[in-house]
Amino acid sequence: MLRIENLRASVDGKEILKGLSLEVPAGEVHAIMGPNGAGKSTLSYVLTGRAGYEVTAGTATLDGEDLLALAPDERAARGVFLSFQYPLEIPGVPALTFLRTALNAQRRARGEAEITAPEFLKLARAKAAALKIDFDMLKRALNVGFSGGEKKRMEILQMAMLSPRFLILDETDSGLDIDALRIVSEGVNALRSPERAMLMITHYQRLLDYIKPDRVHVLAGGRIVASGGPELAHELEREGYERYEAAA
Amino acid sequence: MNLAAAIRERNAAELPSKRDEDWRWTDLRGLIRTAPEPSQPFTGQLPPGPFDALAEDWRVLINGGEATVDVPARTEAVEALRFVARGAGSHVASATIRVGANARLLLLESYESDGASLALASLTLALEPGAVVERIVLTADHEDAVSVSQAEVTLSPTAGFSQTLVAGGARRQRLETRVLHPGGSAELRLDGIYLLAGKRHSDQTSIVTHAGTDGLTVQLAKGVVRDQARGVFQGRIVVEEGADRTDARMGHHALILSDRAEVDAKPELEIYADDVACAHGNTVGALDEDALFYARQRGIPEDEARALLTEAFVGEVVDRIGHEGAREIVRAWVAQGLRD
Ligand SMILES: Nc1ncnc2c1ncn2[C@@H]1O[C@H](COP(=O)(O)OP(=O)(O)OP(=O)(O)O)[C@@H](O)[C@H]1O
Ligand SMILES: [Mg+2]
Repeated sequence: MLRIENLRASVDGKEILKGLSLEVPAGEVHAIMGPNGAGKSTLSYVLTGRAGYEVTAGTATLDGEDLLALAPDERAARGVFLSFQYPLEIPGVPALTFLRTALNAQRRARGEAEITAPEFLKLARAKAAALKIDFDMLKRALNVGFSGGEKKRMEILQMAMLSPRFLILDETDSGLDIDALRIVSEGVNALRSPERAMLMITHYQRLLDYIKPDRVHVLAGGRIVASGGPELAHELEREGYERYEAAA
Repeated sequence: MNLAAAIRERNAAELPSKRDEDWRWTDLRGLIRTAPEPSQPFTGQLPPGPFDALAEDWRVLINGGEATVDVPARTEAVEALRFVARGAGSHVASATIRVGANARLLLLESYESDGASLALASLTLALEPGAVVERIVLTADHEDAVSVSQAEVTLSPTAGFSQTLVAGGARRQRLETRVLHPGGSAELRLDGIYLLAGKRHSDQTSIVTHAGTDGLTVQLAKGVVRDQARGVFQGRIVVEEGADRTDARMGHHALILSDRAEVDAKPELEIYADDVACAHGNTVGALDEDALFYARQRGIPEDEARALLTEAFVGEVVDRIGHEGAREIVRAWVAQGLRD
């Protein structure tokens, strides 16, 4: 599904990703762990096409298609979704309006029919209820004045509604209370399927108890320096990143 | 210097110029070397006005003329007032509006031109105690037109006046509002929107004078300028000596969507009274690129994302329009203006 080879990327002329390679096959969930400043969020922005993240070498393909050549909205229409580490506020645009605009834009881009207003509302109500989000919150401007945890839940709601194929979750667990972590994890697990794949960036083993990864990677110094099964996360929790930072 | 006299006498040397402090960003003398011929009477067919669907009654002033609107005490009225210029002449039009005690008026005003005309509209509005007026102004001026509107509003205590100017600009366009605010729990809202493209210019100038205690003024203007367009906002609120406990809040915020577009803003609060709550905010900037990326990550194409975010930016002013029908007409106008 996702294949990244020898990816190098710079921000403001400073190289952050330094030859990163990674493969996430369809149906799998991979976790990325790594020290602060290692380049985890940078990877998520490079994959989604944020301006200012300049790719200087390497490739990233989704089902064989060159992702890096596509505009951010085209990548989204192909099913790439990023749950932001720091979700942005969209003043003046109610969450519902934003979501319907996004859903219909993606459908148009894929040559599908637009969703009707009643269908959309029904879907939004169902998904909000599953994530225990008060429906009235969706009438407010997206993320404006939302608490940190509410913003993270909104990310998952958007994900559930857009039903993407390749999901990147950048520290979705940070800022969530214990109940929210469980609810959000259930939301993410509901999206696991043989056609989908996920990349989960996290600092904490706890999330991986809820969303069990197939593989765990260590990102340090702009590269994947170690990969293993779920046990790797436990080892990192015990021993930290010291030996990997030295390796990077 | 009197603009009406300068137009009537075709005396270009008497037009306001950048040497007049209040007109420095809307220089007419530098623009118009010779005043156009007087506008001729027009007998042709007019296109529908922007508010035709809402008004029970409309008055059309084509190439000049006068109108009087009287709303008797304790009655309700909806009036449409169309200031229309046909051709490339010059003219002055005027309207006198009186609103009786506890009467309500929805005033729907439009400025429409189809060529290089020079037009002035002078309005006087007087509100008796308890009168409530909402004034919505929408412009549909030609890109070569020079169009000035000057409104003098006199409030009585306990009256309420709110207005929303919705401007699309012209070669030079100025919407000027002067309000005499008596305090005494009278309430004033002076809002504005400008959406400018091409080489269009639009100036929203207001001067509010608080002369008595306990007056309230709120003002919110938002503009979006593209291409080589130029927006001007001048807002002055004067709180005279003795006008204690005045509450005045002014905000002007503009988005500049191209390098060559320009916004000139001068918010001013002059306070000579005590115990006054006054605040003003003024920001001029570009669209938030991070928000734009966020929208695009969700699948919204760039142009649509820009339109969505700018519409939302201006929407804050649209939402403040009290009359629902007028609000929806303005909302549609804004949506159209941002997609052209
Ligand atoms: N605009 C920028 N200019 C210069 N350096 C930047 C810029 N943006 C990010 N960086 C640097 O890139 C490096 C990687 O940042 P990134 O946000 O990808 O780290 P991260 O692995 O997600 O860390 P965290 O765990 O703290 O979220 C950091 O050293 C950061 O300071
Ligand atoms: Mg990060």
